This record gives sequence, C-alpha cells and structure tokens, in this order.
Amino acid sequence: MEKTALNFTLNGAETGVFVDAGANLLDVLRRGVGDQTPKYGCGQGSCGACSVLIDGELHLSCLTLAETVAGKSVETTAGLAGGPELHALQKAFIDGFAAQCGYCTPGMLMAARALLDSNPNPSRDDVAEAISGNICRCTGYEPIIDAILAAASGSGRRFG
Amino acid sequence: MAVHHGRGFACINYPIGMNLGGDPSQALVHSTPDGKFMVTLSSIDLGQGMKSVTRQIASETLGVPVEDVYVDTADSDTGPHCMGSFASRGTHRVGNAVIRAATEARQQLLEAAAEELEVSAADLDTDGAGNIHVKGAPGRSITVADTAIAAQFKQGRTLSGRGIFLIPPSEADPDTGEMTPVSCFAHAALVVDLEVDDETGVVEVKEINSAYEVGRALNPKLVEQQLIGGAWMGVSHALYETTEPYYPDREHGPQDFNHYLMPGPAEVVTHNIAVLERPAEDAPYGGKGPGEMCANPVLPAIANAVYNAVGVRCDTLPITPEKILRGLRENGGAKPQGRR
Ligand code: FES
Ligand code: FES
Repeated sequence: MEKTALNFTLNGAETGVFVDAGANLLDVLRRGVGDQTPKYGCGQGSCGACSVLIDGELHLSCLTLAETVAGKSVETTAGLAGGPELHALQKAFIDGFAAQCGYCTPGMLMAARALLDSNPNPSRDDVAEAISGNICRCTGYEPIIDAILAAASGSGRRFG
Repeated sequence: MAVHHGRGFACINYPIGMNLGGDPSQALVHSTPDGKFMVTLSSIDLGQGMKSVTRQIASETLGVPVEDVYVDTADSDTGPHCMGSFASRGTHRVGNAVIRAATEARQQLLEAAAEELEVSAADLDTDGAGNIHVKGAPGRSITVADTAIAAQFKQGRTLSGRGIFLIPPSEADPDTGEMTPVSCFAHAALVVDLEVDDETGVVEVKEINSAYEVGRALNPKLVEQQLIGGAWMGVSHALYETTEPYYPDREHGPQDFNHYLMPGPAEVVTHNIAVLERPAEDAPYGGKGPGEMCANPVLPAIANAVYNAVGVRCDTLPITPEKILRGLRENGGAKPQGRR
C-alpha cells in the first residue's frame, strides 16, 4: 500500500513517519513511532486506554485518523515526566497505589492531565466525570480518583 | 412505588490455593558479582503485587536490603515452574518457595563470608543493611558486595539457592471421604447496605463495611489495594457482569465494552475495611494472600441485602433489574423483610 509522510510534534519533538492511508493514530504511535505508552484496549472507543492529547485536547487515538494530526501537537504519557522528575500526577498515582496491572494508567493519566489543565481545582465529581470514559478493571477507581485529587491539591505525597 | 433500603451480610472461609494432583511452585535465587540478588520465577504479576511481595520475602530471608533484590517474573523459558497466579495462591505458594531458595543462598553467602573472615559460618549474621558480621562483634565484618566479589572471583563459589513449595495431592479416604485439600484459610465478613427501587428494579449499593483476615499483611498498602479493587469487582459481578444475553436471544448478549456492563468511576461505593492479621503457620512470614477472596463475600451479601430490601430471592447472577422486577411481580409487590 502506498504510504504518505506525516509530520507532527510528539511530546514537543518534531516527528516524521510514513503511514498507510487510513491508519489510526494509536497504531502509528505504537508501531510507527515506537511510543508504546498509549495502550490498545478495545480499538473502538470504549475503554480510554489509548487516550492522548491533540493540541491540548483529549482524544481517543484508536479512533483518530493519523493523517489528521499533521502539523499538530500530540502528547502522550511518555512526555509527562520532565527528565528524571515525574509529573505530579505520576507521583500521586505511585504514592496512592492507583495502579495495579497498569494497563489503564496511561489513559487515566492523560484524561487527568486534560482535566487539570482546564480545571486545576476539580471536585470529586469533576474527576469521576473526567475519567468516565476510561475503564479500569483492577482498582475500583477510588484510588485513581484520590490520586488525581491529591495531584490537584499539590499534596501528591499525602499517602507516603 | 418506593425505594427500599436493605442490608445483607455474608462471611467466607476461603481456601488459599487449590489441590488437584498437587500444588507446587518453584523459585531460584542467585547473586550477581556485585552482591545483588536475583529472584527468578515464572509466576505472573498481574498487578496483584507478586513482584513486590516476593522481593520483600527474599530480602527478609537473605538478610539484605530490599533495594538489592530484583525479581524476574513471567518467563516460563527462564523461570522455574509455577502453577500460576490464581486462587489467591501466589503469596503463599511462591512466597514459601522463595523463602526456601533464599535460605539456601543465604547459607552459601555466609559460608563465603566465613572463608574471608576466617571464622565459622555459624558464627555470622547479617545486619540487613548490606553487611555480614561476627555475632556479638559487629566490628569484624565484610560487606555482602565484597563477599559476592570474593565468591565469584576468588573462591569460585556460587551464591544461589533453589526452592520449591508443594502442597501434595490429597486423596479422599475411600471409607469416609475425608481429605485435606487445603492447609491455609483466609476469612472475611462483610455487610452491604443498598437501595432497591421497586419501580425500576435498579439496585444502588450505598456502603460496604468489611473485615478481612489475611494472615500477616506483608505489604499493607498492597493488601488494601487488593481489597478495594476486589470488592469493587464483587459488586460488578453481583449486579452487572455477564456474557449471557439479558433477553432470550444470543445476539442480545454483550459483544464489547459498550454492552458488557461494569460500574464506572461515578458508582464508587464507600467501603470501610478492617484488616485483621492472624498469621498462618505454614504461610511465608504469616501472609496468606488476599487475591481472589476479596471479591467473593460481596456477591452473597448483595443477594441477601436485595432480599432484605424487597423480599426477592435472586439465585442467579448478576442480579439485574429485570430479575428483581419479575420477582416483585411473582410476589405481588415488594415485601421488605425489615431489620433484625
Ligand atoms: S483502545 Fe481506544 S478507546 Fe479502547
Ligand atoms: S490498573 Fe489494571 S486496568 Fe486499571
């Protein structure tokens, strides 16, 4: 199949990759670029494991046509940490034991990141709503909600 | 038409592991040349904390800092045999195998140190901080790292250990049928408060109060994590999850996450947990393993609470609104059972 060149910014870095026509962004990120932080859970938009930010907005990469991100900025969990320094959300997830198998975690982190970018002081209900498109099989959600609230209040270490 | 409150109770006596022709797991432990220790397993960590707990167990048994222990799991090409991560058996079976492997490796570690210090291995002890010293004379010591280097490059000795833990097969006595399939039980008691809407049949779980007895909680935060997540799954199994169609036709069955129902983040139930510790004699440092049993008591407790609320006894899961409405119709309406 003929491939086309796709250029976009991935976690701040100029990225170019050849993609098949009609390829979805999740596939391109994982196999084309090698960023395996977005996960494949369902491939049909119902689990949230593949969540990424496109120009700051939360999107399901499995349902995004890769070519539509040309020239745009894509952010994944791989870009959350600043060098060795983890993002406040990552710290709060670790301190709050908010991951078990970890499969949902990258999607949860991106959904939480999108929430906190637009609403730095969310209520418990705001958090529950923000992650309502993300399925978690392991945690029962409560530790995830607590961790996001802890990160928001700057008390990411309160579980330590 | 009204919303009825119900309270249900259930308790369980949960056998750790299983016994179908014997239940073994193995572990191997070896040191690297710089005195770190590698625990090799083929047991799988699905997120339940197998790696953390076996690491703690190995560090405790070896007498070295937990940071100096690495756990390699989940490759049956390179790890020794394990029956698997199920039936809450990981901590108990694999933990015991790790203790045995680490005990053997510790013995070799002490023998290598004894050769360097020119004393008897029986007179040596570890301080848990990376040093080996003569008992009663902490000044006469050598680091674990130097011991490993000496063993490797001077003495030509491995610091390694093999461990297996087996619950042997238990045959039933032909006369009495008596057998001992299980050596270790965990326990839980759980109260569920919920509401049933007799117009819609919808159940809303309001609160769970539970006490789980898990032996020694080897890693209290991981235990709590298991109990919260496991009880959530119990609620989900009791009220939502099924691969069967809700209506007669197979094609009405769930095919994907859109139809396979589970409670979401907005339906989180308040769950107050008391962890009781009653270390089991044959368990690694007393820890039994909370795994699967954290979900189990929730299902009967919810079924009992629904009965208590509206007098409908559902004996198939999940307890869907449809089943409750059919029950209500059969009974001629809600028959709250009241509090006793
Ligand atoms: S993989 Fe994209 S929503 Fe499930
Ligand atoms: S931690 Fe396993 S799916 Fe969320």
